[in-house]
Amino acid sequence: MAIADRAPLLTIDGVSLRARLARAERSRKLKALGLILPLFLFVLITFLIPLGRMGYKSVVNEETFGRLDHTNQALSEWDGQSVPDEAAFAALAADLKAAQEQRQAGEIAKRINYEYAGAISKFKSITRTVSKMETGPYKEVFLEADKVWGDPRLWRTIRNASGHYTSYYWLSSIDLRHGAEGLESVPPDQAVFVDVYGRTFWIAGVVTVLTLILGFPVAYLLATQPAHRANLLMIFVMLPFWTSLLVRTTAWFVLLRSEGPLNDLAEMIVNQRFEMIFTRFGTIVAMTHIQLPFTLLPIYSVMKNIPPSHVRAARSLGAGPFHAFWKVYFPQTVPGIAAGCLLTFILCLGYYITPALVGGPRDQMVSYYVAYYMNNIINFGQAAALGAILLIITMVLYWAYNKLVGIDKMKLG
Amino acid sequence: MSKLPLLGLPPYASTQERVWRLFFYIFCGLVLLFLISPILIVIPISFNDSKFLSFPRDVWSLRWYEDFFFNDRWTTAVKNSVIIAFFSTILSTTLGTIAALGLSRPNIPFRAAIMAVLISPMIVPVVITAAALYFFYANPLMLPGESNIILNNTYVGVILAHTLLATPFVVITVTATLTGFDQSMIRAGASLGAPPTLVFRKVILPLISPGVISGALFAFVTSWDEVVVVLFVGGTEQRTLPRQMFSGIREMISPTITAAATVLITIAVLMLVTVELLRRRSERLRGLR
Repeated sequence: MAIADRAPLLTIDGVSLRARLARAERSRKLKALGLILPLFLFVLITFLIPLGRMGYKSVVNEETFGRLDHTNQALSEWDGQSVPDEAAFAALAADLKAAQEQRQAGEIAKRINYEYAGAISKFKSITRTVSKMETGPYKEVFLEADKVWGDPRLWRTIRNASGHYTSYYWLSSIDLRHGAEGLESVPPDQAVFVDVYGRTFWIAGVVTVLTLILGFPVAYLLATQPAHRANLLMIFVMLPFWTSLLVRTTAWFVLLRSEGPLNDLAEMIVNQRFEMIFTRFGTIVAMTHIQLPFTLLPIYSVMKNIPPSHVRAARSLGAGPFHAFWKVYFPQTVPGIAAGCLLTFILCLGYYITPALVGGPRDQMVSYYVAYYMNNIINFGQAAALGAILLIITMVLYWAYNKLVGIDKMKLG
Repeated sequence: MSKLPLLGLPPYASTQERVWRLFFYIFCGLVLLFLISPILIVIPISFNDSKFLSFPRDVWSLRWYEDFFFNDRWTTAVKNSVIIAFFSTILSTTLGTIAALGLSRPNIPFRAAIMAVLISPMIVPVVITAAALYFFYANPLMLPGESNIILNNTYVGVILAHTLLATPFVVITVTATLTGFDQSMIRAGASLGAPPTLVFRKVILPLISPGVISGALFAFVTSWDEVVVVLFVGGTEQRTLPRQMFSGIREMISPTITAAATVLITIAVLMLVTVELLRRRSERLRGLR
């Protein structure tokens, strides 16, 4: 008799077993999701939403939001090449007067000044002038006060900054700006960010390769030694891993100094002192030291699971020691290499403290500039845009890591 | 055959192979030296009597330790670090353990995506997190005007931020402990009449406790080491030990930083030993060894 011909199995209260099982399964899933929910909400509220708000900050004209609406309207028909007409001047004067009454004129000046250096003083003086005037015409007054008001570039800047949203911060993060005819590169003396991103990738890449070169043999050593000796050697890897980043950076700061122990040693041997602190060399050495366990440990845990019999089998079949290693052992370690290197590369992209303390001005990475625009220049839009680009790059790599390695496979210690 | 020692190689190993093996050992020795020596070198320097960061030549002294343990600047920093690390450890361990319990149930929909979100605070560059939190803390509830609450320059703000950074470590260690956890034990407990809380206390917790404790240690260390968030959202009142070391290197270069480093290294050794012992205990409990 076929199974389908049977009457459906019923539970004691007459509901089909299939339905009861499905319901039980559903309630189990809901309970499990209920356990995850608190942390998920916590991460959502204190992390994902703030990140989203940071992204918003990178595209919004916060300083001028709603304060230059008249000017924006008056400039909507302007060709962008000539000096605007009286209507535009009058609108700007009206907006500045209104802003001055709310003590917000300085904010507008600050925003224009990001794009047009020196605008801040021109705005301050013209705001004082127009605040005293009852009526126009304004154009002559502006042009008489300073010939800068006849510069179409200044007006283009005002037009870009008077909308609610702006692409200025993102463009400027890749050394571009709105010119007279569409996009153009910023002058070479202001073009820093492409260089900074390039440098960040370069340092992260060099550190990743170095950690692989140094870490691979040690991982092999640890994986092939007998357990008691491997555990002892593991301390050498794990102690730096557990030691504070600040302690390790302090250590390198002390070591690399021109009067430091490394230079004392160099003087004894080659009778010469080297400049190591505040250089690219120092930054890379310190970062390699800090990242080495992150590359080494995933490789080690993969090697640990490669049966030694594979290489022995290859040897017994006549392969030479190097051939057997390269053709049989090495390919099996590739997942570990990918996991370790990708993790190190991702983490290197975000380095801030170590380059800030042992690197020179030419060795600072993207994070440093995010911090610099946040805390020193106080240009939040620029900081947010630089951060958002770094965030996107990191997320793409994280996605790749997740696909390639799987976040579950991440092991600590 | 060759006069070179075997170095763990089989007796038929060729000379070339032995030379390689020797080179390999030397290379590994140098790398291990590179890993450990910068940390060890700080220790003798911290006992130097002079104001310069160098090895003690004639006089050894504890003056930098005296400064570290009795100077208000450092003791306040230690106190702040302990308070902040304590509360963020408790919060992150609780949140992370509960979430890990949910994540290791079978057939969770979108498990990979949820996991990726929960781990992401560990991956996102901390400067970006700190900047985003700075903006967020300026007006966390998005209230208009004067009525808003500001979390910048508060303990609560720093503790919440550190909790966020630490939870991924707890989630990872506890889910790792729960792999291979026999779910039928929960059912066995329930079928014997135990309510879920009792099952949790008597069955689940003893089995996952090594993972929870090492997760908590990771969380503690994350907060204890963290400096960037404190730089961004913390005020002078929330000055922690790493923050103090940061300015110690940047601004005044006092050898007290080496004394602080030595104390922190000692703590790291203790942590390392604890985690290793816990890992062994966990493997024994789960019958993996």
